Amino acid sequence: MEAFQFNQAKTVSSALEAVRSQTEAKFVAGGTTLVDLMKLNVEIPKKVVDINSLPLTQIESTPDGGLKIGAMVRNSDLAHDETVQQRYTVLSEALLSGASPQLRNMASTGGNLLQRTRCYYFRDTAYPCNKREPGSGCPAIDGFNRIHAILGTSEHCIATHPSDMAVAMMALEAVVHIQGAHGERNVPLNDFYLLPGSTPNRENVLALGDLITYVTLPPLTNGTRSHYLKLRDRASYEFALSSAAVVALLSGHRIQRVRIALGGVGTKPWRSMEAEQILEGREASENNFRAAAEAALKDAKPRHDNAFKVELAKRCLTRTLKNVTQFA
Amino acid sequence: MAKKDKSIIEIAEEEQLKQSETSGRFTRRSFLTQLGTASLAVTTVPLLHSAPVQEPVPATEAIPGAEVPGAVPMVLNINGKEHHIALEPRVTLLDALRENLHLPGTKKGCDHGQCGACTLHINGRRVNSCLTFAIMHQGDKITTVEGLAQDGELHPVQAAFLEHDGFQCGYCTSGQIMSAVALLKEPCGQDDAAVRECMSGNICRCGAYDNIVAAVQSARRGA
Repeated sequence: MEAFQFNQAKTVSSALEAVRSQTEAKFVAGGTTLVDLMKLNVEIPKKVVDINSLPLTQIESTPDGGLKIGAMVRNSDLAHDETVQQRYTVLSEALLSGASPQLRNMASTGGNLLQRTRCYYFRDTAYPCNKREPGSGCPAIDGFNRIHAILGTSEHCIATHPSDMAVAMMALEAVVHIQGAHGERNVPLNDFYLLPGSTPNRENVLALGDLITYVTLPPLTNGTRSHYLKLRDRASYEFALSSAAVVALLSGHRIQRVRIALGGVGTKPWRSMEAEQILEGREASENNFRAAAEAALKDAKPRHDNAFKVELAKRCLTRTLKNVTQFA
Repeated sequence: MAKKDKSIIEIAEEEQLKQSETSGRFTRRSFLTQLGTASLAVTTVPLLHSAPVQEPVPATEAIPGAEVPGAVPMVLNINGKEHHIALEPRVTLLDALRENLHLPGTKKGCDHGQCGACTLHINGRRVNSCLTFAIMHQGDKITTVEGLAQDGELHPVQAAFLEHDGFQCGYCTSGQIMSAVALLKEPCGQDDAAVRECMSGNICRCGAYDNIVAAVQSARRGA
């Protein structure tokens, strides 16, 4: 690992000041992505600013009945929070399905959103990679691509976004609160991530020097149920091959409102409005679930080793819809 | 009569005695380290004889590690004791413990947060020490496996691992034990499946899982 200058920030403004106008400065929170990638020389910051002391560790209800989550809330604390478990169940389930207890104790809310892909080529600097160096090529497209994406890909990058929490937050229509050199702004999570296109090095809308301070979740109507299903080779401690987050409000057997997001298959956490439109106002039935799943994966572009994900993702979504709509 | 040249082993043993007199530590690791140093000493002795004699540098109260360029002084609280040391910011907590602080009980398995061998407690919570920098933990209470036993008494989890034969080669074991101790204070379901899930961040190449689960369940019942 290269040497770096280390600073510790105690306030948001001092954190912002510490990185202002510096292209090679990074914040470190839990470190579970950054330190991992620094050991691989994929990330080589010249300056690291420790934000673990920032006062962003609260989970609070908002006046409208929603939830405000500080960016430094640890994944384990968020998963075990009583309000999250009862009202935003999909978020707790998604968090507990990810990583390991040790990693969940370290990882922060903001950091989880910003975690990088597990693509083997991205993580190995012996290979060219358009995400690390635009224009250098993508060895995954004609290489070993079992874990790679089938939705949102381009001819420059097919890397999957690996977060579970982000998929749940997508279905919960979370909003990301950012502070930076130009002040504060709020970005719906659905607009936060960028497709790779021809610039896979740009993964989200954060500008140089920006800091995520909070994530807010809108209120859910009473009676809303939610569920996260994660499918993978091992039973635990592994990333998703396919996952689904569903948030649904039923009226009898009719789906009054539904939000759907897919994981393990997209270059970003994949909100599927196509599937939602098939289901809203319709009966909660196997046929309708399957039709929604077909719509969700209609534009899937399978590759040599990940074609199985197309059918797996359809079944994953269908199963998740069944689970959500049939719980008492 | 010419003095018999010392063998590498003899030089190593002398160095060992000197070191244990000052630091009180005589371990397999320090002996092996001295073997390496001693083989250098054997080849450089002829050169030293011809070098001009220098005044010895007076011993100072310098913090260990301060001579390394870029090292930053820090205080780490480990197992209730304060350690004053200077380390580069890029030194992970795991490496600081094993390489600089003579606390090699915490093991390095994958060095990337994927195996749990490096598990220890920061303020009572289990974490992977390979993915955090030592400099980030001034003011934190760090507990390693060396700090579990109190007054010569094994921690109940340690005793359970012995009773239930929860290890084979032992390399994952300190991480398993640190994980299990933290687990006692975390929400976790009652049955074995829940324990497996809650311990899933610690992998064991020897496959001692059944006995590990038995040990953890035994400790939970007794705790």
